[in-house]
Amino acid sequence: MIKFCMRFFSLMALSSSVLFFLITNTFAGNPTKVGFVYLHTKEDFGWTMAHEMGRQMVEKHFGKDVKVTEVNNVPEGPDSTRVIRELAKQGNEIIFTTSFGYMEPTHKVAKEFPNVKFEHITGYKRSKNVATGNIRFYEGRYIQGVVAGLMTKTNKIGYIASFPISEVVMGINAFALGLRSVNKDASISVIWVNTWKDSVKEADAAKVHIAEGSDVLTQHTDTPAMLQIAEKSGVLGFGQATDMVAFAPNAQLFSSINNWGPYYIKKIEQLRSGKWNTGDGPKHWAGNEWGGLKSGMLTISKFQNMPNDVAQKAQKVHDEIKSGKFKIFAGPLIDNKGKEIIPAGKSLDDGALWGMNYYLMGVNGNVPG
Amino acid sequence: MGWGLIVMEALILTIIATSIPLLLAATGELITEKSGVLNLGVEGMMLSGAVGAFAAVLWLGNPYYGIIAGAFCGALMASIFSIFIINFMTNQVATGLGLTIFATGLTGLAGAPLIGKTIPSLPKIEIFLLSDIPYIGEILFKQDFIAYLSIAIIIFITYFLKYSKPGIVLRAVGDNHQSAHSVGYPVKKIRWYATCFGGLCAGVGGAYIPLALTPHWAEEMTGGRGWIALALVVFASWIPWRIIIGALIFGGITIAQLVGQSRGWPIPSQLLSMMPYLATIFALTIISGRLSKNNSVVPSSLGKPFFDNQ
Amino acid sequence: MITFTPRDKVSKNWTIIAPILSIFLTIFFGLLIFTFLGYNPLETLYQIFLSPFSRIDRISDIFVKACPLIIVGIGLMLCFRANVWNIGAEGQFIMGTLLAGSFALLFPNVETKFFIFIMIIIGFIGGALWAFIPAILKTKLNVNEILVSLMLVYVAMLFIDFMVRGPLRDPMSFGFPLSKPYSQGALINKIPFPGIGYLGQLHYGILFIILLIPISWLFVNKTLSGFKINVLGAAPKAAQFAGFKQNTITITVLLISGGLAGVAGVIEVSANIGQLQPEVSFGYGFTAIIVAFLGRLSPIGILFAGIMIATVKLGADNAQISMGIPKVVTGLFEGILLFFLLTGETIQKYKIKWVGV
Repeated sequence: MIKFCMRFFSLMALSSSVLFFLITNTFAGNPTKVGFVYLHTKEDFGWTMAHEMGRQMVEKHFGKDVKVTEVNNVPEGPDSTRVIRELAKQGNEIIFTTSFGYMEPTHKVAKEFPNVKFEHITGYKRSKNVATGNIRFYEGRYIQGVVAGLMTKTNKIGYIASFPISEVVMGINAFALGLRSVNKDASISVIWVNTWKDSVKEADAAKVHIAEGSDVLTQHTDTPAMLQIAEKSGVLGFGQATDMVAFAPNAQLFSSINNWGPYYIKKIEQLRSGKWNTGDGPKHWAGNEWGGLKSGMLTISKFQNMPNDVAQKAQKVHDEIKSGKFKIFAGPLIDNKGKEIIPAGKSLDDGALWGMNYYLMGVNGNVPG
Repeated sequence: MGWGLIVMEALILTIIATSIPLLLAATGELITEKSGVLNLGVEGMMLSGAVGAFAAVLWLGNPYYGIIAGAFCGALMASIFSIFIINFMTNQVATGLGLTIFATGLTGLAGAPLIGKTIPSLPKIEIFLLSDIPYIGEILFKQDFIAYLSIAIIIFITYFLKYSKPGIVLRAVGDNHQSAHSVGYPVKKIRWYATCFGGLCAGVGGAYIPLALTPHWAEEMTGGRGWIALALVVFASWIPWRIIIGALIFGGITIAQLVGQSRGWPIPSQLLSMMPYLATIFALTIISGRLSKNNSVVPSSLGKPFFDNQ
Repeated sequence: MITFTPRDKVSKNWTIIAPILSIFLTIFFGLLIFTFLGYNPLETLYQIFLSPFSRIDRISDIFVKACPLIIVGIGLMLCFRANVWNIGAEGQFIMGTLLAGSFALLFPNVETKFFIFIMIIIGFIGGALWAFIPAILKTKLNVNEILVSLMLVYVAMLFIDFMVRGPLRDPMSFGFPLSKPYSQGALINKIPFPGIGYLGQLHYGILFIILLIPISWLFVNKTLSGFKINVLGAAPKAAQFAGFKQNTITITVLLISGGLAGVAGVIEVSANIGQLQPEVSFGYGFTAIIVAFLGRLSPIGILFAGIMIATVKLGADNAQISMGIPKVVTGLFEGILLFFLLTGETIQKYKIKWVGV
């Protein structure tokens, strides 16, 4: 009897310790493995760095519960397919692919690994295990336009743009609307540098804008080169993707900051609780999650190098966009050839924004291509 | 009228700034080629100069140290190249390409901790009174040290190649290394010096990018300028002062396509961006057509390894 | 002081020893650099040189990566043997891809796999046409082919960019620079293995290499044309006396190498991407120059060199994933390896002795 009891208890102890071991291993000891694929280096002070900051927020939020692997400088092509597959093979449960060009590679690998979740940033194709996310960058552009309109003395704004894709054109148009809402005389010149990241070319473009008389510059490219030139030449400018104030303490008016952290944390939490889904967002391409100021995916840095009343006006515009009270692309919208896009009382829906291939009033020239 | 001139002045200043790295690197390569060595590693040497200069300024604070560091790093890369092509007689084209690939890797690795930092730029030096001349004063007499230096180098090597004895020896070595050797000139030593001088100039040219154009470091930030420098040497048909013209034309086209866009000229930006490359091919064709009639400008031993039977 | 004396015959021993020694020296210098930069040197070496062989699908991916490098490298081999310095293979790769891709996009509903052969021919023509520019300028006007072919790389890059953002852009791509996807007939499938499924990205394009290596070997070693090319490169004067038409040879090798670069592009894009995008080449044309030299301008050598470089590239990815080493290290290794191999070539031809000063 005693013997039996001892056996029973030792068995109980053993099995419970095994059970305990299993439980801890599954739920605490085994962190969720998360992979990130980056286009450039994580210190680029632009697009990739914004994602890196999001990744760091993930690490801070989850601590030991996640194990994050990031891969830098992955070109958009066959290499990315291999890298994404490698991350999936190494047991990552959710993989964030953070550039538009990873769309096909992500879907290719997603088909091979139906149990792994994929989050493709800025893409428009979705499937059972591929969700998409994007930011309403244009909301920040509108505020930039307002500030630029109030700050410019020459009424010429220099815009340095990367590639003529809808996302960039949308930003230019939002900027123009903001600009014209406060200053009907100002206009925007656009220089397309056809690169996301070539500091010398961006700097040259900035110098040309300044030589041509622009006194407020903005950019849709990745390096801080433009702001450095603005700082040197005594004109003003806006930062992009991350806060670039360190490069231009006297020239930066504010930066639009891509804040991916909350989105990443939300999606990883969904995964951990078994509730991950691709959402029931609209079927047009804007993504399951197209967040802006309201959802905190877009934030702006401190207003500076501007008079108080300008800062207050900018803050007011910011608050109105954030609360959803103010619609940026509300009619009447007229393109720069004088053609009416939509009449008063209507506004462009998200789908129409992604088809934008024209400039609105206030922008000089034509969209190339 | 006044406004147009001010715009012109600002644009010319931009063109000059864009041209200086090309000018320096091409000048160095000219001397290298005159000695009979074809160094395709200019891009690599410029990158090394850029990263070296950036690191030095970040460390020591004074942009002038960047010039020295850039020159040193460029010359160091050139001496690696020299060991292989002069002492080990390896193929110059392949070794030069190897040098660029090697330097791209090395600078990427060494520069990784430098990304995201910024440095003070080279100050402009105003030449007393002259810099106050309207319009041209600002352009000619208010430049930074490297800009003046590059003009000084051009003047110096024009004199050096034409009138000085070492310059004539250098040309002799480049034109016919066997006979130069039989007269008793130290062919290998002279090529070593010429290649290292080329590296030094390319290094300073590369250094100019972080020191004056955009004060930060990015991987491969020279963006193909080393290759254009190579083209410039041919474009100038190995005559130093023509490099100035060539560099300004290149810089001019680069800037012109940006100006064209900002003014809304309806030409696709990619086609405008092609212009400098097409212009080089065009210039090469014209020059080469003339060269085939008068072949004396091209160093005849260019690219051929020298074996001295020691 | 070091002295060189020419050998009567190329040293057989050194032909074998030199490459092996080069690899060891490269690894040694690599170790030094990594130790200096504070990375664990042994772990790094494992990741870069051995980890790509650690799984069968990783091994297949080496071949996938090596495929374009080898095809372009074989073409460049002919050029370099004839002393024609085509360094614009990158541009020829792009133009071949673009021409074949534009053709494929004209037929959106082709199912038959026969179609891919037409694309390969068109790709060859596209690449060859682009190489024809430096060829004609070189032979007619004596324009330096190094610079022309190089400048044309940049022109080609900008041109495909223009095409993909403009005329060829898929209207459904929301402004993004992508063409419509290729039809089924224009794609190269992955190879299914019974019981295993697919191995990485391994695709039928690999078969082209299996054909190309022996053909090119026969061409350079057993045909008169191959002989002429070799003579022209090794002894241009002798070639002149023998009455070989230098211009014809120059044009031929440039056309073949340009064409092969175009074919490499078609295979790469049809197998791995399936549509046109602004970037299709990722530096294959430049890396292939290194591959051609590492392979000492012989088909078998290029096969191994291509595999070697592909290994290092894949290994660098792995090193980045597991250790966070910037992937530019591949350039470092390629550069050092090339330096030593070229030196090895000299040692084959010359005896080296240390002599007291």
